[in-house]
Amino acid sequence: MSLTAIDPFLVAVVLLNFFLLGTGRLKALIFAVALQGAILGIIYPLAHQGIHPSGSNVVSLRLLALAAAMIVIKAGVMPRMLVYAMREANVSWRIDPYIGLTTSLLLGAVGTGLALVLSRTLPLRSEHASHLLVPASLSTVLTGFLVLTTRREALTQVLGYLVLENGIFIFGLLLVDALPLIVEVGVLLDLFVGVFVMGIIIHHVNRQFTASTSDHLSALKE
Amino acid sequence: MIYNGIHLLLVAAFPPLLLGIINRTKAFFGGRQGPPVLQPYFDLWRLLRKGSVQSTTTTWIFRFGPIVSLTTAFFAALLIPLGPDRAPLSFAGDLLLFAYLLALGRFFLVLAALDTGSAFEGMGAAREVTFACFAEPAMFFCLLVLAKVTGSLRMVELFHGSLFAGTGTTGAPLLLVLMSWFLLMLAENCRIPFDDPNTHLELTMIHEVIVLDHSGPMLALLQQGAAIKLFVFASLLVRLAVPLDFQNPWVSYPVFVAAVCLVAVLLGIVESVMARLRMVLVPHVLTAAAVTAAFGFVLLVTLQ
Repeated sequence: MSLTAIDPFLVAVVLLNFFLLGTGRLKALIFAVALQGAILGIIYPLAHQGIHPSGSNVVSLRLLALAAAMIVIKAGVMPRMLVYAMREANVSWRIDPYIGLTTSLLLGAVGTGLALVLSRTLPLRSEHASHLLVPASLSTVLTGFLVLTTRREALTQVLGYLVLENGIFIFGLLLVDALPLIVEVGVLLDLFVGVFVMGIIIHHVNRQFTASTSDHLSALKE
Repeated sequence: MIYNGIHLLLVAAFPPLLLGIINRTKAFFGGRQGPPVLQPYFDLWRLLRKGSVQSTTTTWIFRFGPIVSLTTAFFAALLIPLGPDRAPLSFAGDLLLFAYLLALGRFFLVLAALDTGSAFEGMGAAREVTFACFAEPAMFFCLLVLAKVTGSLRMVELFHGSLFAGTGTTGAPLLLVLMSWFLLMLAENCRIPFDDPNTHLELTMIHEVIVLDHSGPMLALLQQGAAIKLFVFASLLVRLAVPLDFQNPWVSYPVFVAAVCLVAVLLGIVESVMARLRMVLVPHVLTAAAVTAAFGFVLLVTLQ
């Protein structure tokens, strides 16, 4: 199995997970998510090459185009939009989580350890069981959930969703030979629209309540 | 025999040069010319000739602190390999002795600080010990990963320079250990971003406030001890990062010395471009270092 070429990138993704959970600055969080997206963009064609060593040229050209689009959107457009939203809505640069940063970092570490142990017991195909795809994916999904649930800003919720999607994307790499490219394009488009819509919602929440923390969104009112 | 001589010579004479290089690098980034590279040696010589003033509240512990601090650092330096894969002292399990020699030196330093009865020194001692609690797991996770990779418990074999010799499974964990060890080096030697060695504000100092009451020859011993400790951590970092497995030790010694000087330049650059962390964030970063090394360990266990 020649998928070991992507292992260093997956380790980098997991390290970025730790950074995401540990950082106290919103901008650092945005850029780390962007970097993670860029790394996934690099992994994607590499994983394809691992599956089809002989790979036909037509596919690889489309593949490279998709990877480039992914890097541009995830590492170029989205962070810009989020930084813009952050500036427009006067979101504070400081992340103020419900649980301490160290606690969430340790939770992430324990989760990653569990993911590594757990993925060995999963009944995977023999070529999938050996490398890091599944644990990295589970760890990233868990990080996404942690960011979603423990950070109170509306903007960090968007970032949590993005990390969650990154994790699911890594899991999708297992099916890389079965999944048509059009699905990936669709997901990317959905994500783009999602971030766009969230940007507008944050703006409105901010105008309505003068602060965009999700605390205000917990009670329904007529 | 001759290699032991070179080892002793390097440990005794080389460490202050690292401080000189760091200061010179920082001066370069600050647009100044800076002090001569050999300035730490002049400082040590000046301090050794001076008299010493001691508070009347101090006891023998206060005078004992610098001596223990220097000797423990020196003995720790005898356990590690420098150029070739050999050390003057080596036995199975000496990694524990290495870790706790450093801890013993710190313990006596803290005792000496508490012995002065000064409020500032007590504060510094509390901080030093608190941060040591967070640094120790990081160090042991690093050593654990290396022990698992090499299957040995001797410092000499642990730091075999195996990062680039390693196959696919050990490469990633060793890289994580390297990152963790770099953070550990900064924290253990009280460099920016954990502590500022040049600050003169008692409220923000950690290590420097502990040695505030020592003067003359005792301060010289402390400074030499701190320099040796920095040298120990820098050498182990070099052993991790640079492949030194030359057949001829006369090649590996110069390569090793050059690499340690490069680490000093790197430290100077880090200190020039970074501000120090807020005090509450220090345990946080040290936890991150421990988590990184622990992740390396879990990775190693799962991959094998």
